[in-house]
This record gives sequence, structure tokens and C-alpha cells, in this order.
Amino acid sequence: MTEPGRPEPAIDDVLARHGARRDALLQILRETQEHTGWLAPATIARIAAGVGLTPAIVTGVASFYRFLHLRPVGHVHLLWSDNVTDRMLGSRALARELCRRLDAAPGRPSPDGSASVGYTSCIGLGDQGPSVLVDQRHVLTRMDAQRVVELADLLRARVPVADWPAQWLRVDDGVRRADRLLGAAPMRGEAVRAAFALGPAATLEALQASGLRGRGGAGFATAAKWRACLAAPPAPGTTRVVVCNADEGEPGTFKDRLLLARHADTVLEGMTVAARVLGAQQGFVYLRGEYRWLLESLEATLRRRRAEGLLGARILGADGFDFEVAIHVGAGAYVCGEESSLIESLEGKRGTPRIRPPFPVERGYLGRPTVVNNVETFCAAAHVIAGGASRWAAIGTAASTGTKLHSVSGDVARPGVYEYPFGVTVAQALADAGAVNPQAVQVGGPSGTCIGAAEFGRRFGFEDLPTAGALMVFDASRDMFETARAFAHFFAHESCGFCTPCRVGTELVARRMDKLAAGHGSLFDAHELQALEALMHGTTHCGLGASATNALRDTLVRFRPAYERRLQSPSFVPAFDLDAELAPARRATGRDDPGAHLERRG
Amino acid sequence: MTHFVLDGVEVPFVDGDTVIGAATRAGHTVPHLCWSASLGQSGACRLCTVRVDGRLAAACTTRAAAGLVVENRTAELDGRRRLLLQMLFVEGNHFCPSCEKSGDCLLQASASAMGMTGPGFEEFYPRRPVDTSHPEVWLDLNRCILCKLCVRASHEIDRKDVFAIGGYGIGTHLLVNSPSGRLGDSAFAAADAAAGVCPVGAILPRRRGFATPIGSRRFDLAPLPGAPDRDDA
Repeated sequence: MTEPGRPEPAIDDVLARHGARRDALLQILRETQEHTGWLAPATIARIAAGVGLTPAIVTGVASFYRFLHLRPVGHVHLLWSDNVTDRMLGSRALARELCRRLDAAPGRPSPDGSASVGYTSCIGLGDQGPSVLVDQRHVLTRMDAQRVVELADLLRARVPVADWPAQWLRVDDGVRRADRLLGAAPMRGEAVRAAFALGPAATLEALQASGLRGRGGAGFATAAKWRACLAAPPAPGTTRVVVCNADEGEPGTFKDRLLLARHADTVLEGMTVAARVLGAQQGFVYLRGEYRWLLESLEATLRRRRAEGLLGARILGADGFDFEVAIHVGAGAYVCGEESSLIESLEGKRGTPRIRPPFPVERGYLGRPTVVNNVETFCAAAHVIAGGASRWAAIGTAASTGTKLHSVSGDVARPGVYEYPFGVTVAQALADAGAVNPQAVQVGGPSGTCIGAAEFGRRFGFEDLPTAGALMVFDASRDMFETARAFAHFFAHESCGFCTPCRVGTELVARRMDKLAAGHGSLFDAHELQALEALMHGTTHCGLGASATNALRDTLVRFRPAYERRLQSPSFVPAFDLDAELAPARRATGRDDPGAHLERRG
Repeated sequence: MTHFVLDGVEVPFVDGDTVIGAATRAGHTVPHLCWSASLGQSGACRLCTVRVDGRLAAACTTRAAAGLVVENRTAELDGRRRLLLQMLFVEGNHFCPSCEKSGDCLLQASASAMGMTGPGFEEFYPRRPVDTSHPEVWLDLNRCILCKLCVRASHEIDRKDVFAIGGYGIGTHLLVNSPSGRLGDSAFAAADAAAGVCPVGAILPRRRGFATPIGSRRFDLAPLPGAPDRDDA
């Protein structure tokens, strides 16, 4: 670790590697921290001077990202994945036990400095939790009480992660049902060659004919997005940019993890097809910080594809077919999954959503027309071009063609990734996954839709039940109020803080839910929650705030009894226990008769 | 046609105008806190949320276009604004009666115009120390509403970047660019444009208290549209 005031030479190496570019600031901070453990004021000052920004601006960027530390952390920094499905597997109790054994607490490293322990939003291992992110470089899966005991010993003895039981670091693919995407071998140029043979116009026609729509949640027609980008002229001397959104932050989603681990070639094929259509020479994979452990294998894939003539200069040996891809690693910010925030982050800034218009297809990365698509979208695009549009359009439904990957977790016997044609019912997915007595399903993550058993006949697809790919299952024993409360805290934690309704509203909702959980709820609070929900739909700067109360809205409608149980009184109840507050007065006066108590309800 | 309609009145605009820019120039008031005609766009406070052809949108980030029908001062929109103002009040520590900015404060005047009579939500009471390190100006972040006007003015006009934004979520806060993080150690000067843009009382000149008496201040003399008459108050 670096001493304050004495920056390590590593900082200069990192700066030099990135040409001290401002737009590489996030990568510079992240890579520096991999050497220094945390970002001391002197480190920040050195980097600020290097890139030509003020220390305050650099501090502002660093303090935006949850994985950049402006205070020292333990020798090993552990973050427990804190999605509601992790909690259902007992993660909170395990985390507390680890803290107890290390004499640490979230925000307070162990006294011997060996470790710090905290919580983080879902790290994309919902099918094999409870899971832990270690130094943002390794992941531990399937944690249990015995592992926690051994882990505490290893940490205290400062045993390097490389010497921990390999079994703990094992990540399974978890493919439960394979179809067009997962059943195929990773591509080695099939789509790139097909696109090259077709030419840009026919490639775009094929994409349009396939009916492919974006897999990130919004479902925008992929061909229309590419066309819009194509219509925007890049500034002289620049080209368009292709970005793969691998910031799979929606809690409960882990299908992109699988694609990046096993089908990275196909994802890159899709990106290269886009580059061919758009004349783009520059591409990025925005890899979420939680998936930093995939970086080395992705870099190796890029190197191999360059050697095979499928990436870099003169792809397929063709003059003018140049496309290079760099991997940009995030640092813990859910909002960066929103495409304009993602671009801000790519440019080394705080991941605050941009004002739109202009949209990224018009002015994106460094002002250049930029296409941002989801990992699965690029993968699907490669299959459309390699296998033919009609073959793709023959799968699924008329409005939702092809297949969709679902990350299934929660109360199921067989969690994992299921690839289904669009049009399959929720009931079928539940049956295949072995859900027993399911009460509710959260479709598409906390920002998606929560449905009850009466709606399990609904079909996945843009015309009925759109999904970004998460399917969290809750059986009859689960309290759906607690699910909504967990999601409320998730959004309060992930709000970027830019606009008033999201910054304050998500916090107010979370506090209100805590108040209900503590038994101080009333109809007044229920009305206030509804007023906040109504305000945040339509008033926020971006979709994060607008969808932050979706789970609240859905559960209020569909699982009303879970709330009513907690609404003690039709009139206002304060967040504290008034009678308990009088205890010191009773002690002082030696009284405990009924007259020294407030009248109690019930 | 180069007009749009704001609450039934035609508003002329020129190419590149925002809805709020054109409306303001034509003498209308669209409630706002973080917008300034002379500084870059923000879109943070959301007080200027209007309905444009029926859809909710911030007037400060929406381009004026011919034929748009914009609703501004409707009961529904003012209700939303009231909630947003209450959010800003409970998020910080705002003690209007003892604040030097009282009567000259856009937050206070907006709350009055929107009919806000109380905080509504529980107060957060954050702990924010007052920075009195600068000889001429004090910085009281208890009143900061994160409008970023000072950030933009210091960047765009003063070219000093004295301020920046740090943190995220409810922990978002204003940063001062100096080794100690205090204003007195920064390049800030009382003559900076950034010293004069704060819509609330977060950045105030020192040693000048109540030079203009309460009752004779900007919004005392010219309340924002919608504020109750003083005799009624």
C-alpha cells in the first residue's frame, strides 16, 4: 500500500500506459488502485496532475464508483453480493459471522488490517450464491457456514487468494436449456464473413428482416438503432463507435456472464458485423467491475481474433475493414448500464446520464455517433447474419423473434440460464426450473415486473411480458413486502444522485419501507409511498429513477396483504415508539403505572 | 410558425431555444432552481417539469419546436413541484427564519409560489459543517441543493473549477478544489461569477448581515407567480 504523500511509481506506469488521457481516467484510477489498494489524496493529486484535471474533479469521479476507495481498506477486500436471492440463501447471516470472526464491520476493517467486509449489489452469480467479490478480481461461490470459518482463518493468516481452495472460486456455466445461441459453438468468423459477403446494406436489411430487438430491456429494434447511427455523420477524421454493454447490473441477471465466458467470440462477431455496417473502427466492451475476473480470458480472445485476422487492421485481409476493440472495466455503478451513463463512464467521467437528445446514436462516445447494444443482442445479431434472417424470424413470435436467455434464481430446484424461444409461458419456465409452490416472479429484475400466480400464464415477449433476462422466483413462504423493501434499498444505493426526485425519492421510499418493517406503518405511509411512486414516474432525469418504484407499485397492487399487515393504524404513526421514548422519564420518577404510559393500541 | 403554446399563450422562439429559455425571454415564469440562461444545461432539480404535448419533460432540456403545446402551471404539475421542493427542504438543513438569504432565496420563493406549507416528509438533518475558511465568503452546505450553478459558473465563466460534485445517491455533495477541501485554500474569490449564482444561501458574502431588511428583499417586493399576497399570508 502506498503511503500518503509518496505516490508509487506504478501510478506513472499506469498514466503512461493510457497516454495520461482524460477519457481514460476511470481506467487509470481503477488500475492504480489495483497496485495501491486505495486512492490516497496524494495518489489522486498525482493522477489529477497527470491527466490535467483538478484534484476535486478526480475525487468527484473516484467517489462516484462504489469500487474505488478513498479510504484504506483491508489487505483483502470482500464484498458480499446482497441481492434478495442471496439473502434468501442466508448471505446476511454468513456475512455477519465472517465480520464477527474478523472483528470487522462494513466500513471498518479488521483490527489486524487483514480484511475488510462489506455488501454490494448483485454480482451476477445468483444461480450459485451466496457469493462474494474478492478485491474485485475473484469471486467465491456457494458460500456456507463451514467455508466462512475457514475463510476467516485464511484471511487472518494472510494466505494469498491463489492458495485458497480452488473449489470456492469455481464458477459454473449453469446452462439448463440451450437453443439457438447457447447450443451453437462460438463463432470463428462465420458472421463476419457473411456480413462481408453481403455488404453493409444487405446486412442491415437482413437484420431488419430478422425482427431482432435489443435484449437489454427496452426492446428497441436493432436495425433501427444501427440505421439511426448510420444517418449521423461522424466528424471529419473520426468514425462511428460500437459499444457492447456488458454492464450486467440488473440484480438477478447473469446470462451475459455466461455469454462473455463461453461465447465471447460470438459477441465480438456481432460487434464486428456492426462495425462493418457502420464503418466503425473503434469498439468497446464495457465490462462491469463485478466481472473483472473475466478480463484476462476476454483479452486472450481479442488477441487470438487479431491473430486470426478477425479483428484489428484489415479484417479478412480486406483493405479498409479495420476494427479494434478495447475492454473498459467499470467500477461498481448500476446506472452505467444506461447507455448515456455508460458513455460518460467510458469517457472517464461520473456515470451520470446525459441530457437526450442528442442520443448516443447521434453523438455518443467523444461526440461520435455510437451504437450501444447489449451482450446478448450482439450475440443474436451474429446468429442472424451467419444463419440467415428467416431462420431467426421463424423462432419466437411475430413481435418478438428469436430466443431469449433467462437467468433463473430464487426458490427453484434448478437455477441457471435457460434459453427459450419468445412466447414461452412463465409457468413453463417455472416447471422446468423446478419451482415448488411459487407465489411470485420478479421478471426482468427490480426495474421489471413483479407478477403473482394468477399471471403465470403470461408469455415472455415484447407484446406481453418483456424481460431483460432475470427471473427471480419466490415461493409461498416469502414475504413480498421484504422483497420490495430490498429493491427499494437497492435503488437508493444505486441512484447517481443527479436529479432531485431520484436522489431524495429513492431514499424516502427506502426509509418509508423501513418504517413499515419496524411496525410503525399507517395508511398515511401507504398514501405517501403511492405519491412518491407517482412523482418518480415521469419526473426523473433517467430510467433508473423512473423504474425505481416498479416493484413497490407491483407489490402494492398484487400483494396488498403483505403491506396491510404492517399498516397498524389508519392515521399517522411516528417512526419512533412514543411510549418507549417516555421510559427515561418513568425511570427518573420511579413510576410505571398506567398513567405513566401512553394509551396503547390493540 | 415559430411559436409554441405555453398555458394557452403563444410563445415565440428561435432555433436552438429550450422551452424554458424562450418562455423566460417572453416574460413567463417556469419554476426552476438549477437553470440559468447564461450557463450550460443541467436538468437536475426537475422543478421545471412541464407537460409537452401531454408528456412530462423538463422545460430546461426540451428544445422548443413549432406547435408544441406546453402545460406549465397546472394543479398537477404544481403538485409535483411541491413534492420536489419538500424533498429539497428535508434533504438539507434549511432554517429560513434565521437565514441571511431569506426573501432573496429562490428555493423559499418557489416553495411559497407552489403553496408549500411544510416539509411534508421527515427531515434528514444531515451533518454538514459550515466552511468559514475564506476571508470574504462563507460556504454553508446545509443549504446546498446540488443545482451545480456554482460548479458551472466556476468552470464556464471563471475558468477556475473551484467546485466539483462528489459521491452518489443521497450522499452526493459539493467538493471544493483545494488541498484541505476548504474554500479558503482554494482559488475562489468574492468577485468570481460563482460567488453570485447560488440560488439559496449556501454561498454568501461574510460580514454583511441583513443590509436589506426582511420585507424589502427581492421576492418580498416581487413574489414569484402563485405566491400568496402578503396580506393573506
